[in-house]
Amino acid sequence: MDLIFEQSVTSRQGFGLPISDVPVKASLPSRYLRETPADLPEVSELDVVRHYTRLSQLNFSVDANFYPLGSCTMKYNPRFTERVAGMPGFSDLHPLLPQLKGGERYVQGALEVLFESERWLCEIAGMKAFTLQPLAGAHGELTGVMLMAAYHKAKGNRKKFIIIPDSAHGTNPASAAIAGYDIVSVPSDRNGVMDIEKLAEVLTPECAGLMMTSPDTHGVFNSRIDEISRMVHAVDGIMYYDGANLNAILGRCRPGDLGFDVVHINLHKTFATPHGGGGPGAGPVGVSARLEPFLPVSRVVRCSDGTYALNYNYPDSIGYVASFYGAFGIVIRAYAYMLMLGGDGLKQTSAHAVLNANYLRSRLKEAYYLPFDRVCMHECLFSASRQAQRGVHAIDIAKFLIDRKIHPPTVYFPLTVKEAVMIEPTETESKATMDGFVDVMLEADRLSRIDPSSFKSLPRTMPISRPDEVKAARELKVNYFSGESKA
Amino acid sequence: MNPYIPNTEQDVASMLATIGVSSIEDLFVDIAPRHAPVSFDLPPGLSEYEVMRRFTALAGKNSQGLVPFIGGGYYDHYVPAACPALISRGEFFTAYTPYQPECSQGTLQALFEFQSMICTLTGMDVANASLYEGGTALYEAMMMAIRITGRRRVVIDGGVSPIYRKIIKSYTHNLDFEFVESPVAHGQADVAALSRLIDQSTAAVILQNPNFFGAIDDHAAIADLAHSAGALLIESVYPISLGLLKTPGAMGADIVTGEGQSLGLPLSFGGPYLGFIAARRKYIRQLPGRIVGQTIDTEGRRCFVNTLQAREQHIRREKATSNICTNVALCAVQAAIFMSLIGKNGLVRMAQLNLDKAEFARQEIGRIPGVEVKRSAPVFNEFAVCLPKDAGDVAEAMIAHGFAAGFPLGRYYPGMERYLLVAVTEKRSREEIEAYARALKTVLES
Amino acid sequence: MDIIEHYLYTKEHEWIDIDGKIGTVGITDYAQSALGDITYVELPTDGTDVEQFEQLTSIESVKSASDIFSPISGKIEEVNEELREDPALINRDCYEKGWIARILISDDDETSNLLTADEYRSYLESLDRNDPGESSDE
Repeated sequence: MDLIFEQSVTSRQGFGLPISDVPVKASLPSRYLRETPADLPEVSELDVVRHYTRLSQLNFSVDANFYPLGSCTMKYNPRFTERVAGMPGFSDLHPLLPQLKGGERYVQGALEVLFESERWLCEIAGMKAFTLQPLAGAHGELTGVMLMAAYHKAKGNRKKFIIIPDSAHGTNPASAAIAGYDIVSVPSDRNGVMDIEKLAEVLTPECAGLMMTSPDTHGVFNSRIDEISRMVHAVDGIMYYDGANLNAILGRCRPGDLGFDVVHINLHKTFATPHGGGGPGAGPVGVSARLEPFLPVSRVVRCSDGTYALNYNYPDSIGYVASFYGAFGIVIRAYAYMLMLGGDGLKQTSAHAVLNANYLRSRLKEAYYLPFDRVCMHECLFSASRQAQRGVHAIDIAKFLIDRKIHPPTVYFPLTVKEAVMIEPTETESKATMDGFVDVMLEADRLSRIDPSSFKSLPRTMPISRPDEVKAARELKVNYFSGESKA
Repeated sequence: MNPYIPNTEQDVASMLATIGVSSIEDLFVDIAPRHAPVSFDLPPGLSEYEVMRRFTALAGKNSQGLVPFIGGGYYDHYVPAACPALISRGEFFTAYTPYQPECSQGTLQALFEFQSMICTLTGMDVANASLYEGGTALYEAMMMAIRITGRRRVVIDGGVSPIYRKIIKSYTHNLDFEFVESPVAHGQADVAALSRLIDQSTAAVILQNPNFFGAIDDHAAIADLAHSAGALLIESVYPISLGLLKTPGAMGADIVTGEGQSLGLPLSFGGPYLGFIAARRKYIRQLPGRIVGQTIDTEGRRCFVNTLQAREQHIRREKATSNICTNVALCAVQAAIFMSLIGKNGLVRMAQLNLDKAEFARQEIGRIPGVEVKRSAPVFNEFAVCLPKDAGDVAEAMIAHGFAAGFPLGRYYPGMERYLLVAVTEKRSREEIEAYARALKTVLES
Repeated sequence: MDIIEHYLYTKEHEWIDIDGKIGTVGITDYAQSALGDITYVELPTDGTDVEQFEQLTSIESVKSASDIFSPISGKIEEVNEELREDPALINRDCYEKGWIARILISDDDETSNLLTADEYRSYLESLDRNDPGESSDE
């Protein structure tokens, strides 16, 4: 498809601006001015609407396709939450308004949304307090590790490293490293959970904490989690809960009760806010009492007269982790979703997320290898190792699915399993949709026996076939206006 | 009750039979009774209608209809209707990170267009597909400069948003970096002071244009100072102003970041917003986050993919250039749509309207007895005025007159308690500006 | 997998060809094949000192990045500038034109820590046997 720049026609306009109604024509000295205007496209409004509508049609999406992308919780995003976020009383609100003297009076509704969202998340995760500032899961992780560091610093602890299981998301070690810690990796045992004996070997007093996803990326809940918490606490380490997979345990157990001290929650996963093609997300962070003094400012408080206020006066706070109060437009959607579901609805969510994943596990395990052949939680982890021996790899099966208008599962992650195919159906998919998916997966398996070479030219039905990623990485053309660049 | 669960009792029974268990609870065997929640005290669910009613009430508790003359980096610009309409399409809204390029060319191409627009706007060679927001983007730029130079000292101008400076300090509090702040002189960056502070151990000089006080400048001389010491120049910019202002690229900046809220995003009480980052070509490997690159498919057709992924956390883990996973793709697409609508000449005219209206407001406000409008530096659409009273009190009193009058600078700059920062966008009409000046006069006389 | 008889090897799949005091270093056929199409080689800086088995540089392919370790301690005398423009040289000819660096060896005794061609060959075979992937079900 043409780029928007290639549709440009000199002097065409997409948006009318008013004629100035002020009797002033200001000008600046030329040394402050750009020489030529930015080369933005010159197109009509219809050109723009048609271009981006057509572009959108090149995407798979939850609205149009089954999207069982493991560890991403691609559930249905209720439409009404968009209307909530778009109410002018919220969408037009300037973030600096409450920082004016007495300004909190003018944003009471917004502050109540923040306060109540924090309260709900505290009850769901079993934590003492939450901050809504972090703007994505990885941002929440960094915030959590900074809280850990602040805690150890305040206690005079000399800590050097953070322990992370080998099945963890890559963001965990990246976040911990950016906060200044070394990483110690612990392997999984044959059940797919962190090897507790190996953990004991590396757990020294220099351990700042342990970052865990539970259930982990193998789809398994570690039933010895309380034991692990005690071990880590014994060296005054902090237990960090990566909430990527919280959808599996809603109402079943709470990280706080299991001994976790810090939790981040991905609102765009568990709480159904849109993924937007890769954000904006939101990654609120909850803490136990011993980490509460270090939470970022500002914090929303309820005053004795029932009004809400922003409090910046926490001397031990790590400071600002974002400019304002979090991704408000995302938080408000998650809050609306929580209100709609209520406690019972949230518990039903985990029930059906786990039921659906186990249904797919049972239906597919004859054809696909299950590295951990046991009950799973909200996602099931397969390996395409059998098909790979026939020359059909996980990526080939992914492309086969694309031709059938199904978004592929997560492939080649976690790194602990070769040819990984990680499937997370979520609670919002019906048995009929999943049966359709199973049929296609079984067909792929049959075809891998009969005609493995046919996969290499897939997908065939999409606007493009497989892209040359090597060319992209070697030539690095990332800007329409400049040629290929060797960096 | 969860209305989004489609499976019926019959479906559930048949699925349980396939799995070979008798109840859903049997699937939660690993969560032992001792793991059960100590409490899960949440109210029952509500209908969509009930939830809407509650939010209508909550929205009503926020002030509506205040005429905004408040900016501070976040501005009340017009958002064309086509922006939210296009972005609400489920195909953009409910897709995820384009891991599978064949079924996500829409997001990928839109992000490539966004990157290209950011490059032409800033005069830089390469840009990424977005970062969370302007403040965290500046932190990422600083870390990039530290990686590139291998140095650990950073000089930040006092005209850089105090909010951004607070973010950078929080993130680096535990790390071994040296920060030096250079106070502004007469509203602009102090070249003499900077030249004393920039040394052979300096990784980067961070500036903002227009700066927090609204003043504009040409930082080419500071770029030369930085480069001669082997340091990089980082500029934080306000995209609408680049309709007119000299680009950071032309000034010699090495890395450019900014807040993209003004490019068609609502104020939305602080987010989601749009961070952007652009750089010189030679630094592309140190650029954090997702980058979309052009390539061809097996039949030679142009297409787009996430590229340079080997720098990223899902491959590099603790050695990644950044821990960033997702960006704010949807906000970036929204900004690309905005920039397409406003277009090449439209952005120039929009910037000129901002400039004209701000100048008109400066003149109107400057006529009020006792008010001093600072004219030591040229401004774009925001400017500081010195009032005869505490600016915080004045702003509070102005709310009663229906105006969000501006941002009192004393909050972040001790000693500037009588200064008010006033922003005027293209949306402010002559009547609003004149009414503002009348109200300010009344408040100051009372 | 190609293995050159008179080179020495590491378990991280680097090779070294020693000529007097100079060792030429690169990655093995096994390594380049595992990496796939190489897109970028971050060249080390000549003149710097390296320790045996410490990181020398890193190599990127589309979806992986691998650290390359020095088989020997010494000072980097020369780097292969051609890799800047053509990183795929390593894929095409990993043992000759795709060399990465020449190192002035500081301690000859360290060669006893390296594998001979035969030892490396058996090491590769042992890797294949320990592959954790499921064995055939056919």
